[in-house]
Amino acid sequence: MRVGLFVTCLVDAMRPRIGFATIKLLESAGCEVVFPEQQTCCGQPGFNSGDKDSAKSLALKFIAEFEMFDYVVVPSGSCAGMIKVHYPELFQDNPSLFARFTALSQRTFELTDFLVRIVKIEKVPGSFQGSITYHDSCSGLRQLDVYKQPRQLLATMTDVTVNEMIESTTCCGFGGTFSVKYGELSTRMADNKCQHITDTHADAIVGGDLGCLLNIEGRLRRTGDLKTRVLHVAEILSGSAQEE
Amino acid sequence: MQNNSVNFKRQVTVKLADVRLQNALSRLQSRFVGGRAAVISEISDFEETRVAAAAIRDRALNDLEHWLLQFEQQATARGAVIHWAETGEDVNRIVVEIAALHGVRTAAKSKSMVSEECGLNDALEKAGVQVTETDLGEYILQLGHEAPSHIVAPVVHKNKEEIADLFAEHHQKPRKTGIAELCLEARETLRPIFLNADMGISGGNFVIAETGSVLIVTNEGNGRLVTTLPRVHVAITGIEKVVPTLEDVTTLLRLLPRSATGQSITNYISLLTGTKGSTDHDGPAHFHIILLDNGRSSILDSDMQKMLRCIRCGACMNHCPVYQNIGGHAYGWVYPGPMGSILTPLLGGLESSPDLPNASTLCGACGAVCPVKIPLPDLLRKLREKQMERGMKTQRETFMLKAWAWMALHPKIYALITKIGVRLMGLMGGKDKLLHSLPGASGWTDGRDFPAPSGRTFRDLYQQGKHS
Repeated sequence: MRVGLFVTCLVDAMRPRIGFATIKLLESAGCEVVFPEQQTCCGQPGFNSGDKDSAKSLALKFIAEFEMFDYVVVPSGSCAGMIKVHYPELFQDNPSLFARFTALSQRTFELTDFLVRIVKIEKVPGSFQGSITYHDSCSGLRQLDVYKQPRQLLATMTDVTVNEMIESTTCCGFGGTFSVKYGELSTRMADNKCQHITDTHADAIVGGDLGCLLNIEGRLRRTGDLKTRVLHVAEILSGSAQEE
Repeated sequence: MQNNSVNFKRQVTVKLADVRLQNALSRLQSRFVGGRAAVISEISDFEETRVAAAAIRDRALNDLEHWLLQFEQQATARGAVIHWAETGEDVNRIVVEIAALHGVRTAAKSKSMVSEECGLNDALEKAGVQVTETDLGEYILQLGHEAPSHIVAPVVHKNKEEIADLFAEHHQKPRKTGIAELCLEARETLRPIFLNADMGISGGNFVIAETGSVLIVTNEGNGRLVTTLPRVHVAITGIEKVVPTLEDVTTLLRLLPRSATGQSITNYISLLTGTKGSTDHDGPAHFHIILLDNGRSSILDSDMQKMLRCIRCGACMNHCPVYQNIGGHAYGWVYPGPMGSILTPLLGGLESSPDLPNASTLCGACGAVCPVKIPLPDLLRKLREKQMERGMKTQRETFMLKAWAWMALHPKIYALITKIGVRLMGLMGGKDKLLHSLPGASGWTDGRDFPAPSGRTFRDLYQQGKHS
């Protein structure tokens, strides 16, 4: 199967190794992975800030670049949610575009969801020695029902122990532009999350959305925790976190 | 009540630093979030019941005028008097007129958020009617001249010690510290007020078109006393609270207490129908029902109509990570949390609450627990769209959004700018690979570092790999 990789703007700029980890996972599952090089941003910052017009333009750009693939895979629950849930909503008043976006939506998946439900992999290529705790990012969890999938994949890795934190499904306070506009509030929410992470004594905090991970890492480091590793689930599953 | 939601941001700073408030809020989650989770598992068809409840509310709202007129007809036939109030001032005027008509000097009141919208107590005091709140939480707030901070647990921001101080000051009795003792003291103080009140004032969780009844859901028993003992009963509620049939209400009642307080059912469900009949032992001789619009009809038939489904359970605020950290007062008006962040701008004007629709991460916890399936995150986002359409965003924000979108629509320029930007940020990161400040993003860096990028974009590295 041909899979179009939408790497997301954050991974592209901030943590390219998550993109390579994603390719490794998809290829080991037998997918042919294509990275359309014109891709940029899914339009979520504008969409969530009330700029519907920009979101629509970027949705149209996206469909032109990704419609030809069997599947579209995204290493982020929030960008996948934008494409799966909100793109069709944006074109509700245009029947032909609505139909195309709905079809695209049905072929678009968050990475761990794709690995578990579509390619149904039983083994992951990587290994990681240590304990981790998992943060469930909001959009993946509540829009796409991603909760068991990453845990199921992590459970196949013999050297990984998962120490669940309390309130793993509570928002970390990132919220895109919210994190800058309401910095004080966002920081407090991150603080609560960091406390729950620290309480698990895990070697690494792992999640499926880079935005949340940057927020958590930023607060951990500012408060003097230079030790706890902050990793995307693809980095664990692919083994790239172990190789470092 | 005065709308102070324009001060939201300043209030956030104050509330985050308020240690006593933070302690009080930390108890909210286990009590309400844990309580709800435990009790919804009792019914196997909870999700189906939510769908049915949403449909019941929609049926009422889609034909609101019809059901309201039927309610008026049925209630009038059973001896009640219906009053239609366009604004909060109209409610106050009507209640003062009713008080004058029946020679009322004292009133006992059970909890009503709609009366908070109107600022009814002040209006009654001005007209010379002595009014006492009899819901324990509201009574405490009345003593302390405070506003409620939660629609179900109005005094959730206060601790036992503060309440003990207030009672000692106002009751002129030795200071008590045990919760049971404090409750007993409140009961003893309130008992003569119930017995002597000329008028009882209540809210209404639902009004039922089929029977002309007002239904109230309470735990303390004060609601039953104020609606049956005094010779005059005034019930005040919003026009959207009408429900077609008694059968409909039973479905909603499976959800309301469970979602609100984590109870299978509240201690009291009072169905108040008509005036005292010749064979009845109790009940008011005069029953007035005031139905308030106060902007609700402008939401009807709009893209925000689903907000009117709200049955005021408070589950959205209990589960909201923003509310959990700042409490209800920061929101500046009667209704806090996610439902308040939508209702306040809708009822009081988007211009007076510029922050409320934006002060949410859109995490979706509210929408996931709403018993009548209001898509709260979508409605918050719709309000942001309205702010954008009406030019209410700051020039800076609009520029940033448009510039980002323009860049993202031009892949070559985008690739170049991100390549340079990421290189610079990588260098700025230094040895610890952290940015301690970022121009234009102090909101982030005041409390957090920004993890520095590696210096190359994925696109760049991918292309290089392909060509080597």
